[in-house]
Amino acid sequence: MATNREKYDNAFKESFEIEQSDLKDELEYNTIETWDSIGHMQLMAELEDSFDIMIDTDDILNFGTYAIGIEILAKYDVQI
Amino acid sequence: MNFYNELDKFSDKTALITENCGAISYKNLLAVADQIAGHIENRCLVFIVCKNCFESIAGYVGFQRAGVAITLVDASIDDDLFLALLETYRPKYVYMPKEGQIDGIAFESVYSFENYVLLKSVKTVEYVLHRDLNLLLTTSGSTGSRKFVRQSYKNIDSQVVALAEYLGITSDSRPITTMSMSFTYGLSIINSHFFKGALLILTDASLVDPRFWSMLKENEATTFGGVPFIYEILKKLRFERMKLPSLKYITQAGGKLNNKLTAEFAQICEEKSIDFYVMYGQTEATARISYLPCEYAQTKVGSVGIPIPGGKMWLEDNEGNRIHSAGVSGELVYQGDNVTLGYAEDYLDLAKGDENKGLLHTGDIAECDEDGFFTIVGRTKRFLKMYGSRINLDEIEQLVAEEGYDCACSGEDNELVIYLTKSKEIENIKSYISTKMKIHPSGIVVRYINKVPRNESGKILYSELA
Repeated sequence: MATNREKYDNAFKESFEIEQSDLKDELEYNTIETWDSIGHMQLMAELEDSFDIMIDTDDILNFGTYAIGIEILAKYDVQI
Repeated sequence: MNFYNELDKFSDKTALITENCGAISYKNLLAVADQIAGHIENRCLVFIVCKNCFESIAGYVGFQRAGVAITLVDASIDDDLFLALLETYRPKYVYMPKEGQIDGIAFESVYSFENYVLLKSVKTVEYVLHRDLNLLLTTSGSTGSRKFVRQSYKNIDSQVVALAEYLGITSDSRPITTMSMSFTYGLSIINSHFFKGALLILTDASLVDPRFWSMLKENEATTFGGVPFIYEILKKLRFERMKLPSLKYITQAGGKLNNKLTAEFAQICEEKSIDFYVMYGQTEATARISYLPCEYAQTKVGSVGIPIPGGKMWLEDNEGNRIHSAGVSGELVYQGDNVTLGYAEDYLDLAKGDENKGLLHTGDIAECDEDGFFTIVGRTKRFLKMYGSRINLDEIEQLVAEEGYDCACSGEDNELVIYLTKSKEIENIKSYISTKMKIHPSGIVVRYINKVPRNESGKILYSELA
């Protein structure tokens, strides 16, 4: 079984076609080419699938960085 | 000359609201616009590298008023493609963001306005521009080829009149931008609202960015347009639960939205008293060809409706005979003043006049029901719509072939499938095509096949692809 951290990281890697080494707290929406609105929707879908949750509108909009995402998922009882 | 020369009559009204510059009146916009365009020596070709910002719009308005021919490309354009376009069309001027300047182009700065700069070619090539030529737009928005559609002054004028009429655009309308102005749909929204002296809310933020929603709410946007992907985002964001009292009407174009989502949005908009217009068009018809009047949004789901005011539509069979019976499919043919002049593949083509004479064979297969409403059921040409942009499959095959690999491309809207005969190159080809064509990698699937199926004359047998 993958850990929550692994699932979280995989969602980023698969949505944005990036490597483990690219993942850091400051990774931010619109700062890499693949994290655009299309990539963002892809990431939300991956996270919802991986953790079996439904992310609310405000959380989708505020999910601006790798670090903020961890705080947001905590609201859904997902501890990264 | 076109309606942009008459915008002075709106002078006291607010023309733009942007994130950085706040509210800008028509008077201020026109003063800045004319100042920028005042540095253009004569009628020539000008490239604008577009963003949804004041500088970009001001340049566009100024160049329109100065009567020069304009090419619009998005700021996200690939550097190599941009250089190739400069080489192919030899514009005398390029108006672009300062930070986007690239090395190796023989241009010198003649004027700068805020974050934009007007560059003049140091080695100009003299060539003929047809007097009717107003705009050159790609068929695919931000992505794609060196082929442009030639749009005339009459095309733009007839299109804004039709749009203003059937959408009921007034000087109180306030559209907020959701796409690039280099995209024919985005530009048609800008043109038709300036035509009526409306207020344009400019933002580079996408719908998944909180800034978009605060711009919309704070400035009381009355409308926006969306390609199918925008509606998928709206669905995900639970548009039905959002409180957006300022919205009066929203439009959908740039590809077919699936029937399920169309029906859902028709229902949601009905409940929210927002008029929902499904529309159909092509860059080759300036932008719009048909629209579904909003009162039919729920009863004619899937239909692209009736021709825009001033246009005619009919279906033709393979022999070119007109189809008169309902429910029989054939190629959709459109006639109207918004049918563009033709294509251009290099600057020599810019001397050409009207090759289409108001008649467009759309390449889309449609049916017409007994009430005269049309529904698109297929395509005669090999292209996909990716997030609203047209992607030519033959062109992708060509690009891969130029890299030295054999492949065949197919897929459906928002999913391009490349069948490649070299398994080791799958990842490379995916990222190459993604970068070249500006397609998000999640929309591209590359599969290995040992051999591209072909018939005896070498044509690819697409039906045999797994």
